[in-house]
Amino acid sequence: MEPLRYTRARDLEHALQAGAEGGRFIAGGTTLVDLMKLGVEQPGHVVDINDLPLDRIEPLPGGGLRIGALARNADLARHPAVRRDYAALAQALESGASPQLRNMATTGGNLMQRTRCGYFRDVAMPCNKREPGSGCAALAGHHRMLAVLGTSEHCIASHPSDMSVALAALDARVGIAGRQGERQVPVAGFFLLPGDTPQRETVLQQGELITHVELPPPPPGSRSVYVKLRDRASYEFALASAAVCLSLEHGTVGHLRVALGGVGTRPWRAHETEQALAGQAPDEARLAAAARAALREARPLAGNAFKVELARRCIAHALRLTAAAAES
Amino acid sequence: MLRAPARKVYPGDWQRAGGPRTEARRRLFARNQEPPMRDQPARPEPPDLLHVSLTVNGRAVHADIDPRTTLLDLLRERLRLTGTKKGCDHGQCGACTVHVEGRRINACLSLAAMNDGRRVTTIEGLGRPGALHPLQDAFVRHDGYQCGYCTAGQIMSAAALLDEPCGSGDQDVREMMSGNLCRCGAYASIVAAIQEVRGNAQDGRAVPDVRGTAQDGRAVPDVRGEARAVHAHAPGER
Repeated sequence: MEPLRYTRARDLEHALQAGAEGGRFIAGGTTLVDLMKLGVEQPGHVVDINDLPLDRIEPLPGGGLRIGALARNADLARHPAVRRDYAALAQALESGASPQLRNMATTGGNLMQRTRCGYFRDVAMPCNKREPGSGCAALAGHHRMLAVLGTSEHCIASHPSDMSVALAALDARVGIAGRQGERQVPVAGFFLLPGDTPQRETVLQQGELITHVELPPPPPGSRSVYVKLRDRASYEFALASAAVCLSLEHGTVGHLRVALGGVGTRPWRAHETEQALAGQAPDEARLAAAARAALREARPLAGNAFKVELARRCIAHALRLTAAAAES
Repeated sequence: MLRAPARKVYPGDWQRAGGPRTEARRRLFARNQEPPMRDQPARPEPPDLLHVSLTVNGRAVHADIDPRTTLLDLLRERLRLTGTKKGCDHGQCGACTVHVEGRRINACLSLAAMNDGRRVTTIEGLGRPGALHPLQDAFVRHDGYQCGYCTAGQIMSAAALLDEPCGSGDQDVREMMSGNLCRCGAYASIVAAIQEVRGNAQDGRAVPDVRGTAQDGRAVPDVRGEARAVHAHAPGER
């Protein structure tokens, strides 16, 4: 690990000051320390934000939930309001990582976690995300785990987060603080497509800090679910996953949000599926067609072509589960 | 018929062949051509040492550390508490599992400085010869290990599990122990040992199902009280 300077932030102002001066925020450490050991991250200066009062999970005045950026994944998954109103979020969190990691990992850090692409994690290999302009070794290499949606000729790294996929289906907003003030962005717009700048992953500017995530009240009668398909039953990243939040009105689809994990370069909102089912009765044929629509723009490679069909079935299954739950 | 193995290509070969052909290789090649480290500009001075104070197994400890030091390396290399093991050093195997403020974490992914002022429990603080933690005792009787390298992490993880919401079935335990790998494959015995301590051994003993009510921590097997009695700490909240 390269030498580094360590600062423990006393308060938000102190943290933003240190961040503006080039410091890198550290919370759980589960991504950053891992990547520092690999030499992928060389922050020089880490700013420990664990003393900031950002770990509260509390109801919003107008309904909904405000989740502090330092709320640990384990605590968020167990929170009664999350289990009651945002089942997909609890399921996504509990399907990710291990209990130890969930005790460490934070809400803000989960949004900031970096790809598991093996070439990104190996400093001996070319990777445009780690070293812009060096090339993408995954295109002709092992890309079984990598993305089929939102890819570019420069990067096909899949986004690893389960939590962020659920947040995208639940219309969450990310609260950001910087020296210029505070702002909120929808979680789906928080992440950037790789394009020809795969090193830029989010809309965060240098020195900006995620302070919280806001969830709107669940739409009346809606049910949500997270379905994750992977190589083994526990402690594994998604090959394909789907978060669905759905309500029925007189037997037809009312509110619908679908987001995908494991197949996109960012947590992937499947607008095509939502449009295909809007106002329709969710019968088997329509579900299958709507699931197909989500993958229409997929650009699979030889090693990950199986993900297209896998994702279709994952979406259809999640839709079936939510429709059945919303009916009862 | 035996064939000669394909020859590996070394940077020197590229040099003879007029350099690598692809851009990626050219970059690697260029990197390999860089002069050795000693001719490069001097590295930045080592950063100032940080002073940290922690409570480890009930004892106050102080150390001056390089900021890069992980909690795992502080425990093993400075405090000589080598019961906690370094397996993968990347948060994947669970051998380094310890409790911080009563919660299990991977000590390899936490900087020691981040734990300044915190309360840490390692396997050395859980039980000792003659006064084993019920899990240590159960692991011995159930043969919950072969080489033993993962065992400290397994037991620390399981000890935390006793205070966490977890269903009563073996499958629930497997899921909640998935962050602890055992290369010897002693999983069946590990699960049996944990289930015995939780009071969920598959010997027909009736136990309450904690799945529905465990969120508030109330409906749990009675045996937890015994386990807690020898904890080095009270199960903490954060």
